[in-house]
Amino acid sequence: MSAVDRTPSERERERARVRRSIRRRGVLLATAATVVVLGLLVVGLTSSPGWPRVRETFLSWPDAKESFPDIAKGFWLNVKMFLAAEPLILLLGGAVAIVRSTVSPLLTPIRLLAVVYTDFFRGVPTILVVFLFAFGIPALGLQGVPNDLAVLGTAALVLSYGAYVAEVIRAGIDSVHPSQVASAEALGLSRAQAMRFVVLPQGVRRVVPPLINDFVSLQKDTALVGAVGVFESLFAAQDYGNFNFNYTPYLVTAAFFVALTIPIARFTDWMGRRMMERERGSR
Amino acid sequence: MRLRGSLTIAALPLLLAAAACAPESDGGPTTASDPAASDTAGSSAPADQCAKESLPLVSEHPMLTIGTDSPAYEPWFVDNDPTNGKGFESAVAYAVAEQLGFSADEVMWVKVPFNNSYAPGPKKFDFDINQISITPQRAEVVDFSDGYYSAAQAVITLKKDGATPTSLADLAGLKLGAQTGTTSLTAIRDQIQPDSDPLVFQNTNAAKQALLNGQVDAIVADLPTAFYITAVEIPGSTLAGQFQFSGEQEQFGMLFEKGNPLVTCVDEALAALKSDGTLAGIEQQWLSDTVDVPVLE
Repeated sequence: MSAVDRTPSERERERARVRRSIRRRGVLLATAATVVVLGLLVVGLTSSPGWPRVRETFLSWPDAKESFPDIAKGFWLNVKMFLAAEPLILLLGGAVAIVRSTVSPLLTPIRLLAVVYTDFFRGVPTILVVFLFAFGIPALGLQGVPNDLAVLGTAALVLSYGAYVAEVIRAGIDSVHPSQVASAEALGLSRAQAMRFVVLPQGVRRVVPPLINDFVSLQKDTALVGAVGVFESLFAAQDYGNFNFNYTPYLVTAAFFVALTIPIARFTDWMGRRMMERERGSR
Repeated sequence: MRLRGSLTIAALPLLLAAAACAPESDGGPTTASDPAASDTAGSSAPADQCAKESLPLVSEHPMLTIGTDSPAYEPWFVDNDPTNGKGFESAVAYAVAEQLGFSADEVMWVKVPFNNSYAPGPKKFDFDINQISITPQRAEVVDFSDGYYSAAQAVITLKKDGATPTSLADLAGLKLGAQTGTTSLTAIRDQIQPDSDPLVFQNTNAAKQALLNGQVDAIVADLPTAFYITAVEIPGSTLAGQFQFSGEQEQFGMLFEKGNPLVTCVDEALAALKSDGTLAGIEQQWLSDTVDVPVLE
């Protein structure tokens, strides 16, 4: 077995050279355009008349350093809140969606309840629900009901987001073709079994990206709980700013949230791509 | 790689927006929109500079625009209405306006939430009067008038809780609360240093609720506010004591845009009100005599 001569012909080499130069020129052009545009943006921003004031109030390194520990501590609370809320939201949303997908006439009252719940909690601003919970529930003075503002705020988020997630999951359930249910029944599965083994697995898998979208949105909305005095990262930033008259801590908080949400966004993209590859068997 | 071309195109509108948004140097009220303008407070102004017609105002002459937060709490304002001249700060504001030559109907009030009051850029008020303590860090960002009230910190507890704290050390064992951005909160953190983190409130109302709901053992607030809360707002609450924040006399000042030349004129007006006893009279009228509150060491 002699090695096949693989040296490309002169013409092939010429083609490769041309291709390379075209690609190189494209990269250079793109880089130049990006640098010019970003440069102009920076120049436009820094030459605006109020820029020195903005730099003092929004980009002050000492203030960022000084506010960092409190904000980091507060952000840990944000993380705890959404980690506690997310599983509860999935359970609640799933339950409501399944209830709304039932057809038995006996279940009408509970279906009605589910409809009223989703309509109400999707219609009321989340922050309002947080206010009602945090200020209203402790005032009732009930025994055994938590008095902690973070717990009450998280409960409000669970109810508010549960309504959104219920609608997302219901859309997933509705997107499963009726022939799937018919086939399940033909195989002798009961309605409940068809829902459990045939419809839900397919429906939920289809709505994973919007579910993660809601999950990211929930992370950000944990900052709403700061409005009732829970010392999470945004309120910590606001508090520092209110005493020192400086807005830099807001940017520190924003950096924390972005550092958390961007990886999740990339993860969602990756998961969506993987699902597509699995379903279509293509890239 | 569709990103390469699209990034450039996507950035173009941003660029246009930036060009469109870059404002001309504002022809607003302050002649010194230059950020490096030096702090003019303290130097005396020539008399004609404080003539009513030559005062730099944010709205049409002859209207003086004064900002304060909403709701406006007692005893600083009465009935959440700054325009009625009742309450300590409302009365002070109208007295200063009168000194500057504005009649009561030439004064306009605007609602300015506290955390908007120090935003950079042109302000929508000539000055803001909102129980704002003068601190060195704050004075770097905004200009303050001279102090118009010396505040002390006070501690509110519920009577039924039994043991009343008698020293600052006693307070450290309690769950404390105070309003965000206040010297009261800083006093808790730096001076009292309690065992558990203080609860921070968005406003006085939330503080009241938390005390009634048992979410805190004690609230720290400035003395007049605390006095009003115990006298009127929360039945069964008591003033456990008063203390000075970081041991220094704390002053409330009016807040101005940095470099606003109006400060000197307001300072002159305040000096006149102090020397003829008007300010003391207003304080006597609206802020209850609080000498009998024990001092916590």
